[in-house]
Amino acid sequence: MGQITFIEHNGAAHVVEIAAGQTLMQTAVDNGIPGIDADCGGACACGTCHVIVDHDWIQATGNINADEQGMLGLTPEKADTSRLSCQITVSEALDGLIVRLPEFQM
Amino acid sequence: MNLLNSLIEPALKPVMDKAAAVIPVHWQVRGAHAIQSIKQRTGRSREVPVFNEVPLPDVSTLALQDIDLSNPFLYRQGLWVSYFKRLRDECPVHFQKQSPFGPFWSITRYEDIMFVDTRHDLFSAEPIISIGPQPEGLEIETFIAMDPPRHDAQRQAVQGVVAPKNLAQMEALIRSRTADVLDQLPVDEPFDWVQRVSVELTSRMLATLFDFPFELRHKLAYWSDVASGAPESTGGHANRDEFFRAAADMAQQMSLLWREKEARKAAGEETGFDLISLLLANEDTRDMINRPMEFMGNMVLLIIGGNDTTRNSMTGGVLALNQFPDEFTKLKQNPELIPNMVSEIIRWQTPLAYMRRVAKQDVTLNGQTIKQGDKVVMWYASGNRDERAFEQDPDQFIIDRKNVRKHLSFGFGVHRCMGNRLAELQLRILWEEILKRFDRIEVLAEPEYVQSNFVRGYSAMTVKLSAKP
Repeated sequence: MGQITFIEHNGAAHVVEIAAGQTLMQTAVDNGIPGIDADCGGACACGTCHVIVDHDWIQATGNINADEQGMLGLTPEKADTSRLSCQITVSEALDGLIVRLPEFQM
Repeated sequence: MNLLNSLIEPALKPVMDKAAAVIPVHWQVRGAHAIQSIKQRTGRSREVPVFNEVPLPDVSTLALQDIDLSNPFLYRQGLWVSYFKRLRDECPVHFQKQSPFGPFWSITRYEDIMFVDTRHDLFSAEPIISIGPQPEGLEIETFIAMDPPRHDAQRQAVQGVVAPKNLAQMEALIRSRTADVLDQLPVDEPFDWVQRVSVELTSRMLATLFDFPFELRHKLAYWSDVASGAPESTGGHANRDEFFRAAADMAQQMSLLWREKEARKAAGEETGFDLISLLLANEDTRDMINRPMEFMGNMVLLIIGGNDTTRNSMTGGVLALNQFPDEFTKLKQNPELIPNMVSEIIRWQTPLAYMRRVAKQDVTLNGQTIKQGDKVVMWYASGNRDERAFEQDPDQFIIDRKNVRKHLSFGFGVHRCMGNRLAELQLRILWEEILKRFDRIEVLAEPEYVQSNFVRGYSAMTVKLSAKP
């Protein structure tokens, strides 16, 4: 069992258990993390599950495909390590992952 | 005559392009108007369909192939619910081969709409997103009707104006204006909610976003109505002369505003955070005024985008709560439901009925083969009523509906509505301020509906307010 930390824009941290095979978005929703809207339900089509991955972890979260890049491009608050959490699959390899939430979802 | 025209037009094109940099945009629009008038007189213009309203048949009496969702009276006559349901159930990917707008496919189920909307590699938004083409001679270019990567660059230039961070700063302004408009409303006597509230509030908002002269703000609403009301595009009733006159007036006003801001910027003054200042600040768009169709396109897009949609949701919410009075009681007892209700209003109203695409290759969807080049219409208004996607009866208005944010009204994918958060903010504040003041909003008569297959809107709705005890 491993853990993932979500840090809200106001600094509040939420530590949750890894459920291997789930998306990071689903993990956030299941654990009631505030600030993840996920309007499209995980189709990489709305940009409202935006997270900013800790620099040390960005490699481990995998590659960004063109669709995700396109959606992130629509977010005014896009950062260097921005990801859509519906496009990250959680596994034990992400034990210790830290992601921050933007101030707003678009 | 045909020969003469075909010789003149290609010859004129490079001249027109060069002229674009020096001749004011509104003169060019007038020029295009003159050319179109000549073409019409000489029988060379494309035929514009004429729509006369007759009572439409019950959908159960029609053969599937005769169902035509492009009819601009379907919404007004209240038949859209049954027409959409029949296609969802019996023919979810449906081909209408001879509508007044030409042949087109209708996509009516939620999941299929999601597929088309997110696959911009298979379906192009170009050249335009209405079922029919734009009026001849005024084919504007706008990023809602561009594919990536061109779309991305243009959208990124302007999306900052409605970034959530800026909205947080706008909230107080929106609230004070909403309060001002509501405080001036008569109590216990009938008045038109559309003009007094919906049009007034959205015009004020648009004037702010453009830093447009406040006293001229009603022009913005008028231009929007005309621009989205061309018969050949959406089945509306704007005539061609009115269309061109409005376009010329808009071009002139917006050019003036652009030039003023350009001059201020050149003089080293601090630029504002309005849409034109943002376009002027961006490398890709700072000389957009020299590309008239692109300039007009962006102005029209942002005016329509910020106008019809929110306006008709402001009216639709009042109507919905009248049709479902228990929900109004629930709302008064649980005002914390307002944000969820706002999404439900946007779902229930679906102020824009659809977006249109063109297949870039043959695509098989739900057993039908859509051919390359075919028009494909994603009926958001149907997907939002799809029983397969919404657990609780989608025809009901339920302010605490679960998962309502999945509604299709903003679209999904790269063309997802840029102003969605602003729209939600405006509607949330409106309802917060309404609940502070009024106990009841009674709709006194059936509203008047807009003639269109695209805009699901109201031109008038008489209501009566009761003050809180």
